[in-house]
Amino acid sequence: MKAPAFRYHAPTDVAQAVSLLASLENARVLAGGQSLMPMMNLRVAGPDHLIDLGRIPELAGVAQVPEGLLVGAMTTQRALETSAVVARLCPLLSEAVSNVGHQQTRNRGTIGGSLCHLDPGAELPVAAAALDAVMIARGPQGERRIAFADFPADYLTSTLEPGEILTHVLLPVASARAGSAFLEFNRRPADYAIVSVAAHVTLDEAGRVAGASIAVGGVSHAPVRLADAEAGLVGALADAAACAQAGRLAATLACDGDDLYPADYKQDLCETLVRRALGAAFKRAGAGHV
Amino acid sequence: MTSASAAPARPGWIGRNAARVEDDVLLRGGARFLDDIVLPDALEATFVRSPIAHGLIRSMNLDAARALPGVHAVLAFTDLRAVLTQDDIPLALPAGGLRFDVNPTCLVIHEACYVGEPVAMVIASSRRIAEDAAALVELDLEPLPAVVDPVEGLEPGAPKARLSCPDNLVAKTKVDYGDVEGAFAGAAQVVARAFRLNKGGGHPMEPRGVVARYDEIADQLTVWNSTQMPHRAKAMLVETLGLAEHQVRVTTPDVGGGFGTKAVFHPEELAVPAAAMLLKRPIKWVEDRFESFTASIGEREQVWTVEAAFDADGRIRGIRGTLRYDHGAATPYGIALPFNAATNLIGPYALPAYRMDIDLCMTNKTPAAPTRGAGRPQGTFVMERLMDAMAQRIGLPRDEIRRRNMIQPGQMPFTIPVKQRDGSMMVYDSGDYPECQRRALEIAGWDDFPARQKQAREQGRYIGLGLTNYVEATGRGPFESVSISIGPSGRIVVSSGATAQGQGVKTMLAQVVADVLGVAPESIHVVVGDTSATPAGLGAYASRQAVTAGNAAYRAATLVAEKAKTAAAELLEASVDDLVVNDGRVEVNGVPGHGKSLTQIARALAGTPGFALPGNLPPGLSASNDFMTSGLSYTNGCHLAEVEVDPDTGGVKILRYVVVHDCGRMINPMMVEGQILGGVVHGVGMTLFEWMRYDADGQPLTVTFADYLLPTSDVVPRIEIHHLESPTPLNPLGVKGAAESGTIGAPATIVSAIEDALRPLDVRITQVPVTPPQLRALIRQAQVAESAP
Amino acid sequence: MFDPRPLNVTVNGATVQRTVDSRVHLADFLRKELGLTGTHIGCEHGVCGACTVLVNGASVRACLMLAVQAEGCAVQTIESVAAPGGALHPIQSALARHHGLQCGYCTPGVVMTLLELQRESAGRAVSEHEVRAALSGNLCRCTGYQGMVDAALEVLNAPAAQS
Ligand code: FES
Ligand code: FES
Repeated sequence: MKAPAFRYHAPTDVAQAVSLLASLENARVLAGGQSLMPMMNLRVAGPDHLIDLGRIPELAGVAQVPEGLLVGAMTTQRALETSAVVARLCPLLSEAVSNVGHQQTRNRGTIGGSLCHLDPGAELPVAAAALDAVMIARGPQGERRIAFADFPADYLTSTLEPGEILTHVLLPVASARAGSAFLEFNRRPADYAIVSVAAHVTLDEAGRVAGASIAVGGVSHAPVRLADAEAGLVGALADAAACAQAGRLAATLACDGDDLYPADYKQDLCETLVRRALGAAFKRAGAGHV
Repeated sequence: MTSASAAPARPGWIGRNAARVEDDVLLRGGARFLDDIVLPDALEATFVRSPIAHGLIRSMNLDAARALPGVHAVLAFTDLRAVLTQDDIPLALPAGGLRFDVNPTCLVIHEACYVGEPVAMVIASSRRIAEDAAALVELDLEPLPAVVDPVEGLEPGAPKARLSCPDNLVAKTKVDYGDVEGAFAGAAQVVARAFRLNKGGGHPMEPRGVVARYDEIADQLTVWNSTQMPHRAKAMLVETLGLAEHQVRVTTPDVGGGFGTKAVFHPEELAVPAAAMLLKRPIKWVEDRFESFTASIGEREQVWTVEAAFDADGRIRGIRGTLRYDHGAATPYGIALPFNAATNLIGPYALPAYRMDIDLCMTNKTPAAPTRGAGRPQGTFVMERLMDAMAQRIGLPRDEIRRRNMIQPGQMPFTIPVKQRDGSMMVYDSGDYPECQRRALEIAGWDDFPARQKQAREQGRYIGLGLTNYVEATGRGPFESVSISIGPSGRIVVSSGATAQGQGVKTMLAQVVADVLGVAPESIHVVVGDTSATPAGLGAYASRQAVTAGNAAYRAATLVAEKAKTAAAELLEASVDDLVVNDGRVEVNGVPGHGKSLTQIARALAGTPGFALPGNLPPGLSASNDFMTSGLSYTNGCHLAEVEVDPDTGGVKILRYVVVHDCGRMINPMMVEGQILGGVVHGVGMTLFEWMRYDADGQPLTVTFADYLLPTSDVVPRIEIHHLESPTPLNPLGVKGAAESGTIGAPATIVSAIEDALRPLDVRITQVPVTPPQLRALIRQAQVAESAP
Repeated sequence: MFDPRPLNVTVNGATVQRTVDSRVHLADFLRKELGLTGTHIGCEHGVCGACTVLVNGASVRACLMLAVQAEGCAVQTIESVAAPGGALHPIQSALARHHGLQCGYCTPGVVMTLLELQRESAGRAVSEHEVRAALSGNLCRCTGYQGMVDAALEVLNAPAAQS
């Protein structure tokens, strides 16, 4: 099937893009196109205007800034995957992005596109949730920062205001004695996840958990943080028992299920993947008990 | 990988891994597939399709669509009817067995019976404009209840899938021989099982497509069709368009895979040529992937309840049961698929008594027609699962119970009292089933496996080894044709009614002819899939072309060689008996250089005005042969798979896959292995990934490659292939078919392995595909049962 | 609605200037406007990989990219991999030798994917796992992938390729 007709716009700076988006009826932003193009080719999306962000140089690239790692929304997933800076400063993002699609889609797909599309099976929103990413948007009213926890609004919908464009994502830099892991279960390795888990932990000098964040994807319209499990981990010994306990809590998550992947199955996956991801994160953080 | 090495068993081309003549142009991107055909003045078509599984057309408003700039025509059935001789497409196979035939129409007349059934046709300057217009067609359908499940559809009070049919029971048939009641009455043991195998498809990477051009001046219709059966397509067009044979040419461009999907004649294959005649403009329609999920045939949905009776020593006494089969919304293949399933169940085993009652249910789903394996994977699945169940019941190893029941090589030919489609009995022609299994077990390390498995279990890993034996009836007749001609240019041209979708048919035919004429295969020009090059032909189905076309090529080439020798004897004044054909020349044996080239002989046989032909032979260095089969040849094989199950996720990983395969003599072992590889992977898909799902209203749920999962390179194992070669006595080359057998063995093998891996939990799989949630649920049930007091 | 846009792009080394309807994707542009029919369409929803081409050296799904997005880019298609009538690229001949193609419909996409892998893995050995991961974005219904994997391993791990 061929995409329905639209008018194409290729602004060269963010201001132009914002004003186009704010002024045109039924306009959509085109980032890497790896989700929007299939939807248009299946005629389930039919914007009248398409605003291509691919010609705006300031939106691509990774920079270390005092607050952390600043990633342009149009940075391709492949650029993140191969970035030594990202691997060093934010290994959880590196690991998550390597699980996204195929190389042919990572070469075009962008971090911003994935975070704004918010597919429940997508990997990057789960990593962003675990990392407490800060979303930086620009709109007619200027720049705005949104905590990732407040970013998803509903199924495939963000809290970006009409006319707002995500420009950057700010990620924390991993500290020493931190460890993280991204795990997902799917039928084939490059598919969207049925359930995915991003875990990030910091240990104290005694090998106890100083901080933990665990996000689960695929169970609801947006990634879910396991607040109970995270709180329970603080102060605990980073060992297999702690992983198992977090897993048991994860198994009680309310999950959206369907005929193919029922809720109770997803709960089983939550338990297993949280247990395993936490174990891997502990190990990477230098824990000796897992 | 192959035991048949690249070195020829004898000088010549048969049996060698000749390089494929097809590859060069395909590798360069220079091939011409259907969508690559660009005709001047051509328009592009798309179809408006039924959005619901069952409904009556209340009204259809085409005005807005017709008014869109760039739109040339928007056609409903009544518009096309002007060029048709009859409403329906007469697909029904003659040997019916059906209570009623349901043929499709090229566009829905009144009652739409599945999602995707074509209702109207839009023809425009480009596909995208045609699709814009299709979106403007206002189609108002009155919804009717849909029949989705073939079991529920047979229950009393079920809605009718087609209002014109008395009920949904399309056919009631059976396979029945031996004293089944007696077998069960005297049995030491009986196991009973129920299985459901779900719907899947062929999904060639190139979808279907048709280009049609009607030349008014010549009164000729030319159709390029990405089909496996151009001759049958031509016959349909001749009949439905009221043309004579000489007015219709159907030809296949390069075809990007078939797997059964492109065998049966679909409604669009008539609608496009009919529209081209009506509008007197060339029209192209290329199926998109969304269409192919809804409008292309598929199959495989079968529901079985079976029992096996056996003696205390594991010898099988009889099998009985019922098979309910989803026929979809039309009957293009009669009862062929469930019949294949029920008869292939017997496999390589001596089964003394057998009764299978088969009910075919009409449903509001895309019509079912053969897909690689054509019902046989299901039958084999059921038998092999019964074998495992029997073994477990009496504590016999799985290999031993099979060994005890196998037909022995000394019993060949082995007759099974089941009548085939052509009226003959089922006869296994050749094969050594016990040896095939023995080699497979040895290669896969069957005897060492229990120790490895025990070790793995101690580490918390669940690995298992699965085993399956199967047969496949190949080389279905009645015939295939080949003509060979060598003109004054010296170029050898082979044309055949065979068709090519990637199997390497051209290479296969070239190799056979090259072998006889002593030339290189790449010097032979092969034309297949063109009704104007070969008046009679059947094409690709039932793993048949090496058997039928291969032997026709062999015989035709032998006739050419004989004629060349007879002519050369005259020209050289030598005795025919002293002549040999070698390296494109006919030479006097033992006198190298003394002879005539085939080109020289072809020139002599082309005739010179006023002069006699050499030896008064008929003109032309050419010959034809229609190879008529005298029975089906049975390929067989043994598969073993080693899998690992993650009990926490229900995920299955295939660690190793071994095939020992016997398709008689092999013309090109590399290409045979290619068929087996592709077939096994299709079977892996059927077992673990592929499932054409519908909701309760008959809406298809899996209409993209993101939802219908094909096996990818990162989930399929390396497949180790070994061969036995038991030549069939049924044809001169001794060859059997190979294209589908890989698929037949895979589901049973993988499921056997999964159950073996989970033996401590005694998990019993009753459905394919095996999805992780289903497997996890079975594991959880078993774990709960185990931990219960 | 027709939304004409000027397009300047380099295709297989040649500069191309055209006006295209903005909704035409790159695969259709290559096939229908330029007649480069070696790039195939197997799904148009970005899963099968039959349409894989290289854009500025990186493999992309040409059905998921608008032709106008290729403005200023260098696009490479299967037609450029071996000179017409000239010798096949080593990846192409290895595919033939290992029977890594049957119907050939997926083959151009497979070749383009492997070219990228070859460039990115130059100077080191590649594992079967890595090759299978790279090829996982190219669906093939015919071959079971084994011949492609073997062809890639042979060429990419040939001594000369790693030096
Ligand atoms: S056609 Fe582009 S990925 Fe299938
Ligand atoms: S060779 Fe046919 S799809 Fe790959």
